[in-house]
Amino acid sequence: MFYIAIFFQYVAQYMKTRMQYRADLFVEIFSDLLFQAVNLIFILVVFGHTNLLGGWTRDEIIFIYGFFLVPYALFSSFFNIWDFNERYIVKGELDRILTRPIHSLFQIVLERMELESLFGAVTGIAVMIYAGNSLGLELSWADPFLFFLFVIGGMLVYGGIFVMIACISFWADARTSIMPMMYNIGNYGRYPVDIYNSVIRFVLTWVLPFAFVGVYPASYFLGKEEWYLYSFLTPVIGAVFFSFSILIWNSGVKRYRGAGN
Amino acid sequence: MDKYLEMIRIRFLMMLAYRTNYYTGILIYSINIGAYYFLWSAIYGEKDAIEGMSVIQMSTYVAVAWMARAFYFNNIDREMAAEIKEGKVAVELIRPYNYLGMKTMQGLGEGIFRLFFFSVPGMVIVSFIFPLQFSAGLTTWIFFAVSILLSFFINTQINLLTGITTFFLFNNTGLIRAKRVVIDLFSGLLIPISFFPVWAQDILKFLPFQGISYVPSMIFTNSFSNNEAIKAIIMQGIWVVILIIPIQVLWIIAKKQLIIQGG
Repeated sequence: MFYIAIFFQYVAQYMKTRMQYRADLFVEIFSDLLFQAVNLIFILVVFGHTNLLGGWTRDEIIFIYGFFLVPYALFSSFFNIWDFNERYIVKGELDRILTRPIHSLFQIVLERMELESLFGAVTGIAVMIYAGNSLGLELSWADPFLFFLFVIGGMLVYGGIFVMIACISFWADARTSIMPMMYNIGNYGRYPVDIYNSVIRFVLTWVLPFAFVGVYPASYFLGKEEWYLYSFLTPVIGAVFFSFSILIWNSGVKRYRGAGN
Repeated sequence: MDKYLEMIRIRFLMMLAYRTNYYTGILIYSINIGAYYFLWSAIYGEKDAIEGMSVIQMSTYVAVAWMARAFYFNNIDREMAAEIKEGKVAVELIRPYNYLGMKTMQGLGEGIFRLFFFSVPGMVIVSFIFPLQFSAGLTTWIFFAVSILLSFFINTQINLLTGITTFFLFNNTGLIRAKRVVIDLFSGLLIPISFFPVWAQDILKFLPFQGISYVPSMIFTNSFSNNEAIKAIIMQGIWVVILIIPIQVLWIIAKKQLIIQGG
């Protein structure tokens, strides 16, 4: 309960600071939209030259992209730990975090949240509705619940991977460029995994399971029965990866010695 | 002139000091090239050619477009924004050189560094992983060299323009990001311009963006005939000249209404 109360306290503070600079907020949301539009234009242009992409139609690919945007929006709103090393370890900010009686990772999530990214979820749902309509998809009573479950699963997959990478800073001091690399690998999950070769497919499923953010869960709503097993694995993979990352985090925090001063 | 050359050298050496950052940079670009390589292979499927380009030409296009990006890409718009916001630009304006010219030279120093330590080794690595095709013709390479230099200038000029807008907008991080996204799409980095629907091509023809990535990549993959290549390079040159006008106009206005707060 305490954690929920703290969460809303932080959200209220956050809104106040952001509303102070409205123009900036507007431009940021706009540039996010532009970025999403560019990816959609890419898909549209490509399908001007082909009818199928590895057996998937245009609207199916658009649907997958729309789905991907939702967990990704949640992830980028709450898991801005890409600069964890510089911000918290090098500057010693983690000391401050550790003196407080809330779990350290939760505090960092709260401090670094960027709620305007949530707008991407709206875009994603709009894109899915558009694509779903042109595909004539039917919505059953269970779908909204499964959608929620899969979205949370996808977010946890992303969150788990990035928390684990942030944990490297507890053991190695050197700045690493693994974070930006992960963002780029994450883009692979936006497209059907069957277009990649088997090694990449294996990596995207079991090692860096980005496929569970886009293709796999979206396949369920598209009625692709051959992927159903993977679709339902989404929340499991998300929970496993995220719990594992928390374990690593906790042992990392135990190792943390501070950066001096 | 000497001081400008010196600036290129200093930037080059500065970059050399931090070269380890670039090894991972090559990896990141290779990952992107890989993503688009698989996408395009799936798009081609059984087809031999789309818009006159074969699969191999397409993968070469993707590879060279990304590796060339390492050369022409720079963050001088962000550097300018930071200098203007911090008031450092006041000192820069007193110094006996042209601020914009100096920024361009810094960008060039950075570009030359990345050409040797990023683009060339990156291209070699990528050519081991993906099936690429390198042209044997000397003219292609000469055309490519000229074209890539011009694309550096067009991109840098657009960066200068974005940088100058800081004088008027004070905070333009959003604009800088939007500009980068627009350039990636409209310069032909993600999709060759010839793949766009005809109406879009007609509009893009009148914009400078395709001179940044599309032209050099098409030349490199031999997708242009010699005539087309020469025409495209001349277009690039014309754009370099045209873009000087808005930069100078904005620069004069900006200097007039500049107020330095602190510094």
